[in-house]
Amino acid sequence: MSSGLLFACVGAILFAMGVAGVVLIAHLLRRILAFNVMGSGAFLILVGLAQRYDFSDPVPQAMVLTGIVVAVAATALALALVRRLHALTGKLELPTDGT
Amino acid sequence: MIWLILLPLLWASLAFISGEGRGKWLAIGGLSGQTWLAFDLAQTVGAGGVAVEHLVGGWGAPLGIDLAADGLSAAMLVLTQCVALPLAVYAGAYYKRGEVAGAYFWPLAGFLIAGLNALFLSADLFNIYVTLELVGLAAVGLVAAGGGAQQVAAALRYLFATLLGSGLYLLGVALVYGGYGTVSISVLTPLVTSEAPRLMWIAGGLMLIGLMLKTALWPFHFWLPPAHGGAPAPVSALLSALVVKASFYLVLRLWIGPFAPLVAAAEWLAWGPAVLGTLAILWGSWQAIRAERLKMLIAYSTVAQLGYLFLIFPLLTGADAVQAGVMQAFAHGFAKAGLFVAAGVFIKATGQDTVAGLAGTVDRLPITLFAFGLSGMTLMGLPPSSGFLAKWLLIETALDRGYWWLVLVVLAGGLLAAVYVFRVLRQAFLQAPANTSLAAVPRTLEWTAFVLAAVSVLLGLRGVELMQLVGVMR
Amino acid sequence: MNEWLPLAVLASSLLPGLVIFTLPEGWTAVRTTLNLFGAVAKLVLVVVLLAGVSAGEEYGVRFAVLPGLDLAFKADALGLLFISLSAVLWLFTTFYAIGYLEGAPHRSRFFGFFSLCVTATMGIAMAANLFTFFIFYELLTLSTFPLVVHRGTDKAMKGGTTYLVYTLIGGTALLTGIVWLHHLLGHTEFAHTGIVAALGPEYAGQLKMIFLLLIAGVGVKAALVPLHGWLPQAMVAPAPVSALLHAVAVVKAGAFGIVRVVYEVYGVEFAQSLNLLTPLAVFAAVTIIWGSFRALFQDDLKKRLAYSTVSQVSYIVLGVALFGPLGTIGGLVHLVHQGIMKITLFFCAGNYAETLGIHKVSEMNGAGRRMPLTTLAFSIGALGMMGAPLTAGAVSKAWLSDGATAAGMDWAIWVLWMSSLLNAAYFLPILWRAWFRPISAAWPEEHIPARGWRETAWLLLLPPLVTAIMTLAAGMLAEAPGSPLEWAKLIAEREYQEVKLP
Repeated sequence: MSSGLLFACVGAILFAMGVAGVVLIAHLLRRILAFNVMGSGAFLILVGLAQRYDFSDPVPQAMVLTGIVVAVAATALALALVRRLHALTGKLELPTDGT
Repeated sequence: MIWLILLPLLWASLAFISGEGRGKWLAIGGLSGQTWLAFDLAQTVGAGGVAVEHLVGGWGAPLGIDLAADGLSAAMLVLTQCVALPLAVYAGAYYKRGEVAGAYFWPLAGFLIAGLNALFLSADLFNIYVTLELVGLAAVGLVAAGGGAQQVAAALRYLFATLLGSGLYLLGVALVYGGYGTVSISVLTPLVTSEAPRLMWIAGGLMLIGLMLKTALWPFHFWLPPAHGGAPAPVSALLSALVVKASFYLVLRLWIGPFAPLVAAAEWLAWGPAVLGTLAILWGSWQAIRAERLKMLIAYSTVAQLGYLFLIFPLLTGADAVQAGVMQAFAHGFAKAGLFVAAGVFIKATGQDTVAGLAGTVDRLPITLFAFGLSGMTLMGLPPSSGFLAKWLLIETALDRGYWWLVLVVLAGGLLAAVYVFRVLRQAFLQAPANTSLAAVPRTLEWTAFVLAAVSVLLGLRGVELMQLVGVMR
Repeated sequence: MNEWLPLAVLASSLLPGLVIFTLPEGWTAVRTTLNLFGAVAKLVLVVVLLAGVSAGEEYGVRFAVLPGLDLAFKADALGLLFISLSAVLWLFTTFYAIGYLEGAPHRSRFFGFFSLCVTATMGIAMAANLFTFFIFYELLTLSTFPLVVHRGTDKAMKGGTTYLVYTLIGGTALLTGIVWLHHLLGHTEFAHTGIVAALGPEYAGQLKMIFLLLIAGVGVKAALVPLHGWLPQAMVAPAPVSALLHAVAVVKAGAFGIVRVVYEVYGVEFAQSLNLLTPLAVFAAVTIIWGSFRALFQDDLKKRLAYSTVSQVSYIVLGVALFGPLGTIGGLVHLVHQGIMKITLFFCAGNYAETLGIHKVSEMNGAGRRMPLTTLAFSIGALGMMGAPLTAGAVSKAWLSDGATAAGMDWAIWVLWMSSLLNAAYFLPILWRAWFRPISAAWPEEHIPARGWRETAWLLLLPPLVTAIMTLAAGMLAEAPGSPLEWAKLIAEREYQEVKLP
């Protein structure tokens, strides 16, 4: 197994764990972390799968950088919202009634 | 073409710099310019009969960003600007100076529209991912702008749904890049054949699920009603009319673009979206019929109306189905914006967000009620309205392919819509309890609702140009 | 081809209607002027059209809505029959409504929708294809709903909801039929001898299904049993609206739709060859008897009239379904005659309710002495409905019976006789009570006092008198040029080109 494929496999596992976390975890902070794990998994796959050729391909690197920026922004927004929710309700979980 | 993206970025940034609650005129001016640009682009594409391309900064793929506009993109751009402009006028009158909820409306709305325009113009899959995130984050910001616990909770729920959706999409993009070494749609399309590797199937599936989650197709709709029902009226209108259409556009774009050979190899695949769409129509309408809060009713109606969009997938063997889809997107875009905006007027006037509180509004707010009725007409698909044309096209295409049950679904959906629309109208016609008083509402609010609703109806009298435009394919 | 006249006919009620919506409630004079101006202008335009069409002129205009789908209008002889009826009766109804609603709230809304309603009717009459027909057919549903629920009471809401449920479901059936037909043919243009015959015999099964859908769709508005349930409930609406529903617009639109579908979509010969006409005739016959039968047991005056409408409108359907020119003439002429007679009756019923508060047949004792002119008009209308000699009803019934004989459907004559007897059974007691029973000690609720010969407001009194005179005129001068009968003959001649008429 080439190192690139290994990266991709690890990425897939991370992504799956991340998705499970986002869907299943109630605690919001951990959910945000799970989202970051998910994102990292996707980036690993992106870089890993592109390593099949002998030369290193710059395009996925550029994409991952952009992706990281997006993920950071999303995380910041999520954290800000969680803080606001905590300040308002004192809880770190979403209300369950769905409204 | 590039100005369609830069202009909203520009006025959004200026609005942010100039301080809380400011930027109304910047936005209206910018949007007017954008509307002109969008029509100009549509004119070029429609008259020339070919797609238009633009390489940003002259770089070109793979490192640069390519923009491209065909009939479908141009149509969606026109829809976006035409809905956003009246909404900006509305929002300008809706938010009082110094109101917390409106503090960051203008910058966020600007970034949202920039994201949408960029999405419709993007020619590569990764760039689309970035625009998806931009749209998603701006939309979440708008939902949270109300600031209450409920809104923040709805925003968070929405945020996780949208992040999960774009995460799945990103993974799909990664797999596509791994398989073919490119993310440009035009390069990718000829490479993919029906013997594509399994990786491509997985990529397509992931992207489809991610985008369906973002489009709130049943059963992924859970995040939509609280987010759209809880936000302030101009925000709900923007989200329901435009944002969910963006991810639908993308599904359609991929379905008839790079993934077309795969879809053709497995015909049963198209029934997935159609069956979910059917369930969305039934479930969304049923929830709308039962809803007690007016905005919840409208939000569930969105869930139902989005279902129609997904009915076209088994019919996509011809261009007529795309036309039906675009007509439905237009009809729903204008009508839903009109409905939310009208609901905003009702809520401001009656001070409560319930269907029951509407009694007697027919006397005090006739224009708004008329707007509500006209929009409702479009949702029900009654003639003469764009919703009717959409329904006509859908039914005729379904008959052409021999899918009778789709015809039945469309017809049943129209009747269900009639139940919830007339539930509201009926309530408004009832005599008001003697002690109710209505707050005064700026006339601008009423008339913008009316304009949006009227456009949704009048489009039903002249759909030739739009259909020709959509016929121009990349 | 003259293009602007059909559009002007539409605009003459659409534009005043739209302006009226924006008028403040208090601007009574402006509103009244606009209303009357629109109604009179329409009448003038219709006269011009009538003159043109009888001289063989063609009027039509079309706009593309989608590629291959046109919004198309034409003013042909058949359409004009309906247009003239509606335009004339609209004028009277407008007068009547102005009088009836004097001082009532929400008049701008009422007259706005009222005008839209008439616009929709004109569109139905002038539609040159099923697509256009459907657009205005649904527009009519939407614009009448606010009128039915105008009073905003629970009962009105209930009636309005029933109305919507029936008409929207009917509309759905109609839409299905139209799209199906459009899918098969590629167009839905009306033509004198029908358009579907071109499809060939292998489509017979599908065409029968489509016929069923189309007739079910328009049959709802025409109140064919068992699709008639909304009509008696919708009578909660104010009297001018009932007049509109029963005589000017709604049920007529349904009956007119049946005429168009049978004659100009299927073609009467082709419909006969598919064996579609006999079942339609049976449905019409059942409706005629059932409506009359139910009317017998209604104490509420307007409800009795409503069931009477159910029965009478199916005379038109019966005439259409009798294969042959005589039946056609009978059916078409009844389209006009029923409108004139029924509107008289509803005007009078409105007068009783407005003036004396009479809503029930049992309250009518002696009403004839308190309101002789209204009761006279009512009597003429009622006698016309029974088919008494010298009234319009007699002419219709004579042609229908001749048509039935000519078509070899003698049972239809028995249906007509039976219905006439039932009509007499439910109308004569009313007349007897009104004229011969002693006057009641006190009226249920007297609103308008009598002043000399004027038993009620003159705006309420004149319209029924005029329509009553028209009922007599249409009966006595049936052979005069320009009468509804002559016009119906003209249409029938164009429909059955080979047959020479007596």
